Amino acid sequence: MTTDNQRSSSTPLVKRGLAEMLKGGVIMDVVTADQAKIAEDAGAVAVMALERVPADIRAQGGVARMSDPDLIDAIIDSVSIPVMAKARIGHFVEAQILQSLKVDYIDESEVLSPADYVNHIDKWGFEVPFVCGATNLGEALRRITEGAAMIRSKGEAGTGDVSEATKHIRTILGQIRALAAKADDELFVAAKELQAPYELVKEVAKTGKLPVVLFTAGGVATPADAAMMMQLGADGVFVGSGIFKSGNPEARAAAIVKATTNFDNPDVLAEVSRGLGEAMVGINVADLPAPHRLAERGW
Amino acid sequence: MGPIGVLALQGDFREHLAILDGLGIPNRKVKLPEELIGISGLIIPGGESTTIEKLSHINGLYAPIRELIHAGMPVFGTCAGLILLANKITDGILGQVGFGGLDVEVKRNAFGSQLDSFEAKIPFFDYEVAAAFIRAPIVLEARDSVEVVSRLVTGEIVGVQSGNILGISFHPELVGESRVHSYFIEMCKKADFYAKL
Repeated sequence: MTTDNQRSSSTPLVKRGLAEMLKGGVIMDVVTADQAKIAEDAGAVAVMALERVPADIRAQGGVARMSDPDLIDAIIDSVSIPVMAKARIGHFVEAQILQSLKVDYIDESEVLSPADYVNHIDKWGFEVPFVCGATNLGEALRRITEGAAMIRSKGEAGTGDVSEATKHIRTILGQIRALAAKADDELFVAAKELQAPYELVKEVAKTGKLPVVLFTAGGVATPADAAMMMQLGADGVFVGSGIFKSGNPEARAAAIVKATTNFDNPDVLAEVSRGLGEAMVGINVADLPAPHRLAERGW
Repeated sequence: MGPIGVLALQGDFREHLAILDGLGIPNRKVKLPEELIGISGLIIPGGESTTIEKLSHINGLYAPIRELIHAGMPVFGTCAGLILLANKITDGILGQVGFGGLDVEVKRNAFGSQLDSFEAKIPFFDYEVAAAFIRAPIVLEARDSVEVVSRLVTGEIVGVQSGNILGISFHPELVGESRVHSYFIEMCKKADFYAKL
């Protein structure tokens, strides 16, 4: 046992590695240290620290930004599980601040108001890993090209309507299946159509999966919603407003954790769906005018 | 020899199954108690130790796994798995008690936040193996009955074995490193264990 152990930090493997450890788990939005503790006690694998949950951002309007560092510090101090926090799309200085606060992951998120309508953050320039949203495979691959170490399908945050989450995870995984079925000489034009680098497109076609972990998000409000996302092929689930905007957050959080692990067992799903009190009220995405759809932020 | 089980409640269990597949070893996901029957050993993967422990209670696996470890079933934990096999956990959440069995004290997130995660080549017995440390724990204190099998040059204990129990802080499965698994498979062959409930 005398071998040298030169340590390499922040390599793509190390950045993607934490997301690998979160698979099969639930990441919960929290706005206070108390909520973070409730999430941890319910079995969350990580928490997302933010100032307002998407349902409130939607209701109150205005510009949504990175959270106050005091709040993020308080949440980091209150739990032992990983803490993620959101930066605005393209806002690399918010990301620098979050890295300085030692969050475990940064979510470059369409839930906040974009800071740059052209460029996303150059995520290779950071030591901390990033998760980014995507509505389709091309978008996911562009984010990975920019350095994202984890992808989440966007869904439509703050609605409690799971239909957009379903659409986005089906689209991403369906496009991967279509790519895997293509002949080698068809991949050049596939890369053009996906607006993604050929090398990455070729890799996905060969392996039949993204090179990073793929979670789902945006509208998951019940244990059944979470289990459906897992059956559709997501690696795990983000739950935003669905928990702390519901009647009984403790019970609902624990039930969604149980459902995510036992996603293929309807008997367990029936059991954990009982007596959870009121789900978040919810907004039908079809009733949302286009300017209020968050998933269309980012490109 | 029966299949090797991989606890599949949460975490990177697929990577462990892939290493076993690559070595041609029969394997099985374990999510429910009846899936323990007939296994010759159990791998507890990386993930969140707090989450895996809670889910093991919910799915009725906590008591059977404890009993099987006590009965001599070979068991191998990586990262969260090491935490769950330690008799004493430092920096756990209130009431966190793992399966236990290893007479060691383990400190969670011992290197710091994700920014302090790293990959390195490290010793494992006489081999040098590739390893990823992701918000990894370390062994603070190991009793005499526990053999230290991996240590960083900076001194931290990151791998231990005590009889039928092997625990490491790192993830060979994330980097396609199979020699630690090969060692565990040899442990299972020697023990010739058949799990009964």
